[in-house]
Amino acid sequence: MNDITLGLLEAARLVMTLDPELVAISLLSLRVTLSALVFASLIAIPLGTLLAIQRFRFRRTAIALLNALMGLPPVVVGLVVYVLLSRSGPLGVLGLLFTPTAMIAAQVIIITPLIASVTHQAMRDLWSDYHDLLISLNTSKAQRIATLMWDGRRTLLTAALAGFGRAIGEVGAIMIVGGNIDNATRVLTTAIALETGKGNFALALGLGFVLIGLAIAVNFAIHALSRTEREGRW
Amino acid sequence: MSRILPLHARGLEVRRRGKRLLGPVDLTLEPGGLTTVMGPNGSGKTTLLRALHGVERLSAGRIDWAAPPEAAQAFVFQTPIMLRRSVAANLVYPLKLAGVPRATRLAAARDWAGRIGLSDRLDTQAPRLSGGERQKLALARALIRQPQMLFLDEPCASLDGAATQAIEDLLRKARDAGVTILMATHDLGQARRLSDRAIFMRAGQIEEHGPAGDVFDRPTSAALSAFLNGDIVT
Repeated sequence: MNDITLGLLEAARLVMTLDPELVAISLLSLRVTLSALVFASLIAIPLGTLLAIQRFRFRRTAIALLNALMGLPPVVVGLVVYVLLSRSGPLGVLGLLFTPTAMIAAQVIIITPLIASVTHQAMRDLWSDYHDLLISLNTSKAQRIATLMWDGRRTLLTAALAGFGRAIGEVGAIMIVGGNIDNATRVLTTAIALETGKGNFALALGLGFVLIGLAIAVNFAIHALSRTEREGRW
Repeated sequence: MSRILPLHARGLEVRRRGKRLLGPVDLTLEPGGLTTVMGPNGSGKTTLLRALHGVERLSAGRIDWAAPPEAAQAFVFQTPIMLRRSVAANLVYPLKLAGVPRATRLAAARDWAGRIGLSDRLDTQAPRLSGGERQKLALARALIRQPQMLFLDEPCASLDGAATQAIEDLLRKARDAGVTILMATHDLGQARRLSDRAIFMRAGQIEEHGPAGDVFDRPTSAALSAFLNGDIVT
């Protein structure tokens, strides 16, 4: 209990004093996670929608695989990305290991199946409602996808936020591919792991509370910016 | 003036899991007028309409239109399918698909909202409308693109008298404006009120087809006589 109280006080101190290290770590956390979220959403949302409306051979297998990939162990993802990006790996020439870009790549791999799977579930239900109407109106495939994505945007936002939640709290993969280098690849989660290891529980908890506050703030901000409760122009 | 009609359907068959739902059916639809399709449950009324409209896959047979019918035909389903958008956005949707300029489609939406008594509810979410309002909106959305051929699948099922009357008024006006209408109905009174021609179906086949006066007053089959007398026909 004492540790938690101290953690809350430490979190308040870090925020009130705008601790430069905390600000840098938090900004990097946001940069990495939001970048990963954008890239993953660009892949996952059209993919999930296409899987909902397109019939093809092995479709069920593809959906089952996608659902299974939601449970990808981040440490394994980190390891694979590490091997790919390491100097002797196939992408070693890019020199991306221990950079934020490598962390973004690992997070994209981790959250894309989650966003795509939630998108697929939501779009499948919406497609079953809209199917006859959209076929009847002789819509093209692109028009169907656009219609479903627009009318299902609130659910898609939830899918994206689920991806954000998973990415911002992720530690295993980004620790491996980022290396937790001070002033370079240290983010909130890896800093928490480091401080916990050093026995600085108050600071670790303080960073943890900041992380939680950040996640909640981003959720609110995305909801507000996307104006989910308003109707679009007609 | 209809360019897509006459329509010639030859040897239409629809089978699902080995069971024949429709056919073989031969049918010619000339331009103009309102044709009702009557028959007991499971007689194939809905399947016939869906097959002619192109949303049901044919197992056999062919449909020949006088001209490509894609944008010139519309369908109103028994349970109105509402896009999860406002009344106005539902109305403009087919026009948007057709690339109609914004100003024109807004004017058309206001015009049609007036005709169906929803002028003051343009911004209301369509799924929140009553059953009768939803069906009127579905009909207006079908007519807003000025189709030459309109299919309706029991549009007044489960509607009260006032809503049914409003739908029938809209249908009369559409017919008078030159839209050719093919409508499935369970309601014999409605069929008598609206029909220029009538089709009686039983067991997936057309048993009688002709001018409304002949079908209603001089039925040639025992099943149609029984149906018109209100007896149970299977």
